[in-house]
Amino acid sequence: MGSASSVLTQYDIEEVQEHCSNLFSQQEIVSLYQRFCQLDRNAKGFISADEFLSVPEFAMNPLSQRLLKMVDGLNFKDFVAFLSAFSGKATTQQKIEFIFKVYDSDNNGKVSFNDILEVLRDLSGSFMSDEQREKVLRQVLQEAGYSKESYLMLDDFIKIQYVLSHDFLNCSLYCLFKKSVNYIDAKVGSQLGSFQVGTKNGG
Amino acid sequence: MNSNSNETVKLSSSSSELELELELDLDRPNLEDYLPSGSSIQEPRGKLRLRDLLDISPTLTEAAGAIIDDSFTRCFKSNSPEPWNWNVYLFPIWCCGVVIRYFILFPVRVLILTIGWIIFLSSYIPVHFLLKGHDKLRKKIERSLVELICSFFVASWTGVVKYHGPRPSMRPKQVFVANHTSMIDFIILEQMTAFAVIMQKHPGWVGLLQSTILESVGCIWFNRSEAKDREIVAKKLRDHVQGAENNPLLIFPEGTCVNNHYTVMFKKGAFELGCTVCPVAIKYNKIFVDAFWNSRKQSFTMHLLQLMTSWAVVCDVWYLEPQNIKPGETAIEFAERVRDIISVRAGLKKVPWDGYLKYSRPSPKHREQKQQSFSESMLRRLEEK
Repeated sequence: MGSASSVLTQYDIEEVQEHCSNLFSQQEIVSLYQRFCQLDRNAKGFISADEFLSVPEFAMNPLSQRLLKMVDGLNFKDFVAFLSAFSGKATTQQKIEFIFKVYDSDNNGKVSFNDILEVLRDLSGSFMSDEQREKVLRQVLQEAGYSKESYLMLDDFIKIQYVLSHDFLNCSLYCLFKKSVNYIDAKVGSQLGSFQVGTKNGG
Repeated sequence: MNSNSNETVKLSSSSSELELELELDLDRPNLEDYLPSGSSIQEPRGKLRLRDLLDISPTLTEAAGAIIDDSFTRCFKSNSPEPWNWNVYLFPIWCCGVVIRYFILFPVRVLILTIGWIIFLSSYIPVHFLLKGHDKLRKKIERSLVELICSFFVASWTGVVKYHGPRPSMRPKQVFVANHTSMIDFIILEQMTAFAVIMQKHPGWVGLLQSTILESVGCIWFNRSEAKDREIVAKKLRDHVQGAENNPLLIFPEGTCVNNHYTVMFKKGAFELGCTVCPVAIKYNKIFVDAFWNSRKQSFTMHLLQLMTSWAVVCDVWYLEPQNIKPGETAIEFAERVRDIISVRAGLKKVPWDGYLKYSRPSPKHREQKQQSFSESMLRRLEEK
């Protein structure tokens, strides 16, 4: 009758912590492990693309196909490492590095005009034409002092210093964990209030 | 899956099958109203710059949030009772419990169930074949017999069921809807009143029962995967509710078993029949056993065995006030209102998901909405100076 968490020993947890440069606490790793086991339905040690897509909230994300390439078949250690950019302890630079990796789909250490264009295509779908996308990109690149032929390196990404959204900068695992649930709580909160009144009346 | 989502979208919208799904989707409440993303993305303003264009962090945060935790998976998570055999002096007590449950209670329960089946079959078969001419009498006896065998089933898990509210009566133009946790919901409700139920066709011995005995109380079967069945069922439903002689109709509008902590979206079928809808709320107490039937993990037989080897199945059933569609209300709004009533009474949390997503992927429509708002914002900001 052992629960999933008891399978992880102190050594395992420390090993995983090292692997993700200590960005997660032990408790967080235990929670992530429970989630990992839940997604890894037949306990094969990794999560397949199909299992990721069985989470509708993930499947609906415009970048899901791109992210799938990064997460498909990850074992637990790499799963945690992948998520480490979302830890509250991760530095802005680590977070930007993560975004850089999302753009750099061929892992050659530089982001080309086409790399950015592809992400834009994922994000806008059929609601922007290829010409529109190219026009937008060319214009903003030019204004920032780059051309269509120039490659963006990680340093450029850090130099551009875009304002990361508040959510991403301040997100800790805990708030990601609770986000979906709290939201539902807020929605039914008013009803639960009336439920309590109802039971009082009902005796 | 195609890596290029633009192409995927184009491909899917050209396929007629998915178009049908999109059409159906229009009838559902807007998912975006519920999702956390809707509230967190604030409209960015001002001139578009490279750093804004490159910032994909809101979308990434959402994706990571979904990977770490999501409300859909929560609906179908079994929550077994906390193990309490974890130390030296609790363990012997727990062992005693196991011995009693498996070697005393379980055989007794099997015996009870066997006696039940003998009584049931020895009266049902003669009644069914001898009273062919007297339909009214035959139906009445068959109804009581089905109620009887269901009581035996409930007894076989020492069901401690408390019924609240007035018992359902037989009258035309009414339909009962309940939240769905396991097939035993049906047995528990059936022991009080012989309902005619709409159910997914099951394989094995359950399927055999469905097509023989339960057919006689007017139950209707369908195959979830067959679209054609949908129309036939809809027609059968309409015919059934018109008859005054028919057993009251019971529908589980969630269409799938949920773990009794959440309610998923109600299918609107039951709410567009033009009938009075009588909500029934069922809440299980998880003190001894989790009554959620996780059909992916175990067969119904295993689920029953699990129940029969537990101490007891404790549950509350509330028959709630009948509801009618309000003027100007759509079937979907009506369904949501009834879902509210049931969720509040049974203390369940509402989630915006369609339970059928267990078997299929969400339609591209929801992604397209995000893409549309992104594109609009981009194009607008590009023109700003």
